[in-house]
Amino acid sequence: MSDTEVKSKDEALELVAFCVGDQEYCVNIMSVREIRGWTKETSLPLTPPFVRGVINLRGSVVPVIDLASRLGLEQTEPSARHVIIIMQIGEQAVGLVVNAVSDILTILKEKIQPTPDVSSEAARDFVQGVLAMEERMINLLDLSTVLPTETIEGIAA
Amino acid sequence: MDSMADIKQTFFQECDDLLGELESGLLDMEGGDGDSETVAAIFRAVHSIKGGAGAFGLDNLVAFAHIFETTLDEVRADRLEATPDVLSVLLRSSDVLADLVRAAQNDEELGEEVTTGLVEELSAFVGEKAGAPDEAAAAGGEDISFAPLGTAIDLDDVFGDLDSVEESQRFIIKFRPMPELYANANETVLLMRNLAAMGEVNVACDESQIPTLDVLDPEGAYLSWTITVQTSNSEAELLEIFEFVEDDCTLEIKSEELPDDTIEPELADDETIPAEEEASHTDVEGGKDGVTSGDNTADKDNVVSLAEKKEKPTATAQASKEKDTSDATIRVNLGRIDRLVNLVGELVINQAMLTQGVFDAGLERGDSVEAGLEELKQLTREIQDSVMAIRAQPVKALFQRMSRIVREAARATEKSVHLVMEGEMTEVDKTVVERLADPLTHMIRNAVDHGLETSETRIANGKPAEGTVSLTAAHRSGRVVIEVCDDGAGINRERVRSIAIEKGLISEEDKLSDSDIDNLLFMPGFSTVSKVSNLSGRGVGMDVVKRAIQAVGGKISISSQPGKGSTFSISLPLTLAILDGMVVDVAEQTLVVPLTAIVETLKPMPSDIHDLGAGAKVISIRGEFIPIIDAGISMGYRTEPTDPLTGVVLSVETEDGARAAVIVDSIQDQRQVVIKSLEENYGHVDSVAAATILGDGRIALILDVDSIIDRGGSAVSFHENSLAATG
Repeated sequence: MSDTEVKSKDEALELVAFCVGDQEYCVNIMSVREIRGWTKETSLPLTPPFVRGVINLRGSVVPVIDLASRLGLEQTEPSARHVIIIMQIGEQAVGLVVNAVSDILTILKEKIQPTPDVSSEAARDFVQGVLAMEERMINLLDLSTVLPTETIEGIAA
Repeated sequence: MDSMADIKQTFFQECDDLLGELESGLLDMEGGDGDSETVAAIFRAVHSIKGGAGAFGLDNLVAFAHIFETTLDEVRADRLEATPDVLSVLLRSSDVLADLVRAAQNDEELGEEVTTGLVEELSAFVGEKAGAPDEAAAAGGEDISFAPLGTAIDLDDVFGDLDSVEESQRFIIKFRPMPELYANANETVLLMRNLAAMGEVNVACDESQIPTLDVLDPEGAYLSWTITVQTSNSEAELLEIFEFVEDDCTLEIKSEELPDDTIEPELADDETIPAEEEASHTDVEGGKDGVTSGDNTADKDNVVSLAEKKEKPTATAQASKEKDTSDATIRVNLGRIDRLVNLVGELVINQAMLTQGVFDAGLERGDSVEAGLEELKQLTREIQDSVMAIRAQPVKALFQRMSRIVREAARATEKSVHLVMEGEMTEVDKTVVERLADPLTHMIRNAVDHGLETSETRIANGKPAEGTVSLTAAHRSGRVVIEVCDDGAGINRERVRSIAIEKGLISEEDKLSDSDIDNLLFMPGFSTVSKVSNLSGRGVGMDVVKRAIQAVGGKISISSQPGKGSTFSISLPLTLAILDGMVVDVAEQTLVVPLTAIVETLKPMPSDIHDLGAGAKVISIRGEFIPIIDAGISMGYRTEPTDPLTGVVLSVETEDGARAAVIVDSIQDQRQVVIKSLEENYGHVDSVAAATILGDGRIALILDVDSIIDRGGSAVSFHENSLAATG
């Protein structure tokens, strides 16, 4: 264990957990701007399939990403029961469509285990670590890769 | 200390204006339009910068401004003729002055070498003539305080008698500071000490204006002084003491020998302003006379030196006059205006929502509510226009910066270049102006560096040795068009083609039209100059210019004639905030098509539609065949083309004249929409110019007509493998 991890051992993290398909993921609560019900997006042409489109968030245009599709799972057929979690990723606001928000957790940093070495590329790319809660396994999502800047530039090029 | 920083900030803002004034004045003079008013304005600008710089202890700046000012003073007094050589030095001085101001603003120190050369050149101008007025004054024994040129003409006879007043004289100075004087950290005691250093001083303080304590403003100015000075110094020298405060006080200097009512315009008195105007008018004539009737040198110098001495009070009066008129403008923090613009944008959306809501609620057409809504719409639009007008700025300041770029580029390439500017007063949104500076700089450099030939080549080709670069701005059908035009050799298409092949941008077999070849210049990684010159070849190509211009919603195009020159033209939206658009439906999606692109809309007849090859269709509009583009397909909303007969055809035209017929399912409305950036949270999407928010709160995309025409209407589907690997 490195020094920084030792130091931050006691640091508590607050996480928002949500369901994507039948899996559970979580993100740091600090990067969540708001959670809202699903509304129909305006689809964007010529974008990767996981970009569902854009929505109006009080006057700004915010892209919405189908997280399931992004993670390589089956594409979501969103309904009024789905929710959009608006994330602040760097300078950008991005919405993630998920099935439901399941929990708000407070855990110690040390509880986060490294991602098990699996063959799934999506797991390696998007999962920062995992944590065990009772019987469940919750994946800590790596937000920086969900809408990576390379992708945006790749689209623009 | 913060308030000091604020004042400093204001000073630098003013410096920007003053530098602009300075440069435009010098350019006017260069163009032969400079009259003595212009010279005076230039002088004032430098003088004000010097004054402000002095107050902040910016010694470098003061030192240089002082020499600059001195030289300008010579020009103003017609002792130094504004020859092209002189003007060139003055223009370069103004560049250096701007650099010094910039350096001071960023708390940087510029090396001595920046100014040394110019200081010498400037001093040389002054040096040749510097002795003259003094000698003349000594010869004529004249050292008087008031110039006939400065005051009203009919006083000439009065002054005529004053010619030989050499010995010490008594001045009565009435000095009444305004609160601003103290606010600018000036100290009256210091002024009086300076006066005392000149001779015998008698000071009487008038405290009658001090109010009772309950109404006394602690930061107000209630005291005034009457100072009697017995001195051998001239009035101009007395005035110099008040140099930095003259705008912030009522100052009246009288020489006791003179009858009171004839002498001094009371500077603070409004009634004197017409007189001052007349005075400056006289100045003009006086100046000219000085040049033409200069048969008696001593006399001429005399007149001039008198004019010079009188200039200070005149300048003061003019400064205060200017202050009066400038009261009509205020400086507003840009953030506040941006907020207002955003709010107005929201208002437009809200008004649209309200209108839609009312009709959705089943209100009858023709109801009084409808009339009210219509009025609201009008008002909203007016508010919007007014707000946009606040943000609009003439491109003049931007163009002026370019004149410096031309000068520098010309010097670096040793070419002789003349810059012609037109339409500087064309107004564009401030953001657009700002974001145009870099691309325009690059284009101007290119025009001088690559566009123009060397003087020898030009002469050999029967052209004037001096190349011309013209920079024009004009409003054209709701957009602003800025053109950079040179009269150089034009684009060498052979070379461009071979370079493009060499760089693998095109292949040997590609058949390209002239304009296709010209457009190769915008390809990333293209640079025609094999030798990396001082100016270009900084790794910034025309592709970057193109992208920068596209980023502000603009377009760039080239036209070039071999041997005649090239023209780069940029077309820009007037504002980045609002657009007139046609709201249309395509495959159950709502799109907005910019109205500026639409030529006409029509319902096609079966006989108008013709097949051309496999799958491609054209429509005949008044005998012209125009390719049909299905908006649904090019936006990837559907894969099967709709029958053109069931839809509506929008005949559109791009900036460079390419036409197409865009098929949409139906037209909803025509209205103003607020432009919302997609880039902010996502990124650029091909075929989409921006987004907007509709009346129902949903987002509609604004079609990028040029982009879909460029692609010929084919759908470019997104390829997963073109994604950069993530992870």
